[in-house]
Amino acid sequence: MEGLSLFGIFFSALLINNILLIRFIALCSFFGVSRQMDVSLGMSMAVIFVMTISSAVTWVLYHFLLLPLNLVFLKITIFILVIASLVQLEELFMKKYIYNLYRALGIYLPLVTTNCAILAVAFLHVDYNFGFIQTTVYSLGVSLGYTVAIMLFTGIRIRLEIAPIPEPLKGYPVAFFVAALMSLAFLGFKGLFGL
Amino acid sequence: MAKLKSFTNGIFRENPVLVLMIGLCPLLAVSSSAINALGMGVAASFVLIFSNAMISFCRRIVPEDIRIPVFIIIIATFVTITDYVMAAYFPPLHRALGVFVPLIVVNCIILGRAEAFAYRNSVMDSLLDGIGMSLGFTLVIVTIGIIREVLGNGTIFGSGAFISQPALIMILPPGAFMTIGFLMGILNWWKGRKK
Repeated sequence: MEGLSLFGIFFSALLINNILLIRFIALCSFFGVSRQMDVSLGMSMAVIFVMTISSAVTWVLYHFLLLPLNLVFLKITIFILVIASLVQLEELFMKKYIYNLYRALGIYLPLVTTNCAILAVAFLHVDYNFGFIQTTVYSLGVSLGYTVAIMLFTGIRIRLEIAPIPEPLKGYPVAFFVAALMSLAFLGFKGLFGL
Repeated sequence: MAKLKSFTNGIFRENPVLVLMIGLCPLLAVSSSAINALGMGVAASFVLIFSNAMISFCRRIVPEDIRIPVFIIIIATFVTITDYVMAAYFPPLHRALGVFVPLIVVNCIILGRAEAFAYRNSVMDSLLDGIGMSLGFTLVIVTIGIIREVLGNGTIFGSGAFISQPALIMILPPGAFMTIGFLMGILNWWKGRKK
């Protein structure tokens, strides 16, 4: 991943290494909240919002606190605590200053804390050795990729409700088959832009 | 008898993956070969068993209001231990599992058992519950790993050649969704037949 342009990082995170369908991160929310369009839209907005801020914060913490003090082994503990408290802070801040956004995202914010995509991006930018701008672009790409995948999936799942499906396959099994086909489609992006 | 029940519960009746539908991400992501699946199963089991016992041990001194952060710190400590032990003694496995080792910390099975069982029961019961749950998880993940490796690569644990022309798709991401979809479908069919 190193040496890629910002454009490359963005599209690789958005399509080629789509976090849900190719990397299998945050699947609980993928199957859990994808029953209604507005719910999955709210969840994706909350993910975009929280992921971009929290990956910027964890980048700063990692490079200015953990690395100089030789505390890298505390990475896992620190990151999860920081993200959990950051979500609380953002909730308080939004409640006071951006009330409309709070009304729209309010109930999804606590759920986002347990969304492993947020934590995964924090670890991944450390693994990939990204700079600050790269990290921001990367997290934006990942969260938009999350949005694209979950919205498409929700659209299909709503149709499935009225489709004639064999009894044992109803519910989750057929949702997994749909996810398999979508993931197959996303595999087709491999090789795009020579990445 | 009650002790035996808290042990077998996790393997069959409350199997964390197939019945409770939690802990999906590592299940799908690292089951492309049986050995990776086994590694993930053992790592998650270690964390689950010891954090369950530890949380149960501390349950009288942890105040109810801050129990979740305390759980997370205990779990994160064991995950850090696993991460570093794996990096030191099994570097190829550590590379193959990648970001999914630190992500054990947000694995819903572990936090779920801490909250639902270990905080309310004795150390011995929690230990047994942890072992049962981890066996349930490991069994499923290794089964999926074996199925995918046999169909996608023609081998089991990297040896033998059962299929002359393996279907590559099974070890690619879509294969993971398909395998678990089929497994659940079969399970549902089995349950429906008995009624």
